[in-house]
Amino acid sequence: MKIEIVEKMKALEPSARRRYLAEMLINNSLYIFLVAAIVLIQCFNPRFLSLSSVVNIISLSAANLPIALGIAGAIILTGTDLSAGRIVGLVACVSAALLQSTGYAGKMFPNLATLPIPVVLLLVLAIGALVGFINGYCTATFHLHPFIVTLSTQLIVYGSLLLFLMIGNNNGQSLSGLSPAYTDFIKGSFFSLGNTPVPNYVWYVILLTAVMWVVWNKTTFGKNMFAVGSNPEAANVSGVNVRLVIILVFTLAGLLYGVTGFIEAARIGSNSAATGLNYELDAIAACVIGGVSFVGGTGKISGVILGVVLLRLIFVGLTFLGIDANMQYIIKGLIILIACAIDMRKYLVRK
Amino acid sequence: MPNISANGMKKAPAPLLEMRNIRKDFPGVRALDAVSLTLRPGTVHALMGENGAGKSTLMKCLFGIHQPDAGEILLSGHPVRFQNPREALDQGVAMVHQELNQALKRSVMDNMWLGRYPGRFGFVHGRALYEKTRTVLGDLGISIDPRRIMGTMSVSERQMAEIAKAVSYNAKVIVLDEPTSSLTEEEVGHLFRIIRKLKERGCGIIYISHKMEEILQISDDITVMRDGANVSTAPASEMTMDKIIRLMVGRDITHRFPPKSQNIGDILFRAEALSSRYTKVKNASIHLRRGEIVGLAGLAGAGRSELLENIFGLSVREGGTLHLDGREIRNRNPREAIRNGFALLTEERRATGIFGILDITENTTVSSLKRFLSALFFINDRKRYEKTEDMIGRLSVRTASRKTKIRSLSGGNQQKVILGRWLLCEPRILLLDEPTRGIDVGAKYEIYQLMQQLAAEGSSILMVSGELPELLGVCHRIYVMSGGEITGEVAADSTTQEEIMALAAKNV
Repeated sequence: MKIEIVEKMKALEPSARRRYLAEMLINNSLYIFLVAAIVLIQCFNPRFLSLSSVVNIISLSAANLPIALGIAGAIILTGTDLSAGRIVGLVACVSAALLQSTGYAGKMFPNLATLPIPVVLLLVLAIGALVGFINGYCTATFHLHPFIVTLSTQLIVYGSLLLFLMIGNNNGQSLSGLSPAYTDFIKGSFFSLGNTPVPNYVWYVILLTAVMWVVWNKTTFGKNMFAVGSNPEAANVSGVNVRLVIILVFTLAGLLYGVTGFIEAARIGSNSAATGLNYELDAIAACVIGGVSFVGGTGKISGVILGVVLLRLIFVGLTFLGIDANMQYIIKGLIILIACAIDMRKYLVRK
Repeated sequence: MPNISANGMKKAPAPLLEMRNIRKDFPGVRALDAVSLTLRPGTVHALMGENGAGKSTLMKCLFGIHQPDAGEILLSGHPVRFQNPREALDQGVAMVHQELNQALKRSVMDNMWLGRYPGRFGFVHGRALYEKTRTVLGDLGISIDPRRIMGTMSVSERQMAEIAKAVSYNAKVIVLDEPTSSLTEEEVGHLFRIIRKLKERGCGIIYISHKMEEILQISDDITVMRDGANVSTAPASEMTMDKIIRLMVGRDITHRFPPKSQNIGDILFRAEALSSRYTKVKNASIHLRRGEIVGLAGLAGAGRSELLENIFGLSVREGGTLHLDGREIRNRNPREAIRNGFALLTEERRATGIFGILDITENTTVSSLKRFLSALFFINDRKRYEKTEDMIGRLSVRTASRKTKIRSLSGGNQQKVILGRWLLCEPRILLLDEPTRGIDVGAKYEIYQLMQQLAAEGSSILMVSGELPELLGVCHRIYVMSGGEITGEVAADSTTQEEIMALAAKNV
């Protein structure tokens, strides 16, 4: 492969060679960007690539990956999902409320024993999937753009969350005092890199990502999703149930937000109405950086992973560089803009 | 067997498809009036007629997009009435549309088996998917890798993939709608080989096209429609080009082309050694005289459209100079080109020409809005409506009113509206890329007439066309391109198609 490229380079005239090189740089701009960012941050703060920091970046990426995988499906259908973050918040709070320690003073349901973890997991996944189903159903049935649908459901979910937090004598307070079994299940570790424990949820997310890869690439549903995103009319004429595909994509996305919320509740420990706020925006940014295009019909699991990791790496890196928190927002915004602009050049037909 | 009738006499094979006395009414119009069409197995049946003659309505009735108000459809002798194209496909009736409807981001095999992927329990059997696609393509002699992404393939390859898809459904009746409108001669040859293979398998092909030479070459039967009714069905061997035109138009067209304007002046526009950075245009020099219509001939991919785009500032110019009236101009982008008096009619009308959901007024005046400004910022709508009405009249656009959405017009009328848009800019140099593609005979003639009239008024026209007879019939002078370079210049009155083809093949 390497040799081939070198041979090809030699065969070209100098001007063409320059252009070929430029094309190659642009086509691999994300990787170059990634490496450059790592090198730069490492130069300013050598602790950046320490084992604990690397594990931290991996863990943070893992926590954000399921939601991004869910939103990616919506983007492949030329849609989007603004309700993702609020669904994460609702699911996180429900998980936390049902899995508080029995003796905890501020327990939301003092008379309720701590439920078994699988029961709660199934329940919250069902909640996520239900909201996702509603998103998909409204999009497909009423031919609405998902932007509108999820803009609405996002508000409804948030309102439900606020009402939920008022139940009993909780009075809107944040939920903590989680049962150790739950926290261990998510944050515990049976494997350490050096002295740094890798939290369990990283493995769950790796497994989940593998399943999603199979779903996207090896199932009829996955192929239909890409086809509908690329050309819904052609899919319809070919006998694909376009409406069902849309509903399923959003339902699956809701399910993945459910996973995110379930992990997030234990990861954060103290959950309030602010949990999950704006998560969807980071997830959308990660997808777009990773080449899941709003044009529809394109995207890869590897791209989503790359986008999520790149974004986390930069967020963590900015902190490592000791940049003022307010300034960080501006830099994040610029980076997303620049990364996408460079990436977009790949798809332009040059004249 | 249906081949033997009750009294034991041998008869011709039963028709694959029969449409009998189909009637379709739309509010205020009878679109189809007792139209019949009989397709025999193993034959190509050409369906001809001007735009608006009812060909597409007839096909829509076949595929269930419209339901006929009267008449019956028999498929292998059994009455059918499809509710939608999918149902037709399941029963072996397929259509390959002129505007290919494919998932461009996906591969050939994903497109072919979409909706019925091989596999079990929702999992796709990747190997089988690949092998089955290869078999279908191989049987038809199509050499395309099943894994190729549709969007990276040429129109002709995509079309072949679409035909292969129809075959993979075991389609017995295949409708090809203007299949050759964007193919090169060589690609047309390949398509015809595939069509012959389909005939051998006993398929029946309904072939819709405006190209007479091809129809006479490939079809067995020809049905001509006019104004929503059959005017004739006859074996192709009994037809001639003049006869077909007469049947289609309902009158004699003695000339396919209007007389050429005679009023040629001095040089108006000169381009020296044009090259593009990203396209293949290399060192192209041309000039246009006042009142002259100049053609650009060449094979597909010779760089003709790219040369027009270079002149119009749509592509990055690497070298070369432009002179208008002896003064150097740059045309760095389309806005500058328009200011300098250039106009470009693009090749892909639907993609880069029309604003489909906007009405005729908006489509006509979009490039010349500045001319309608009154009191500084405000657009004078009354003036805009007047000008649009003028254009509709002058170009005889057939439309209910100026408020009609342009996408509901026929191709020829859309093209006239776009021409009208440019005429409002009062261009001195018109760059026309395939101005008559997919347009019927009558509308073509009107567009030629308009071109000659503009030339007579002193404009210069540079036109690209894949149809040599058209270039010879319309242009004064023809440049031939090959491999991005100008390989020759010929006078239209003294050259031959052979000379042009030789020049066009020079750098291939």
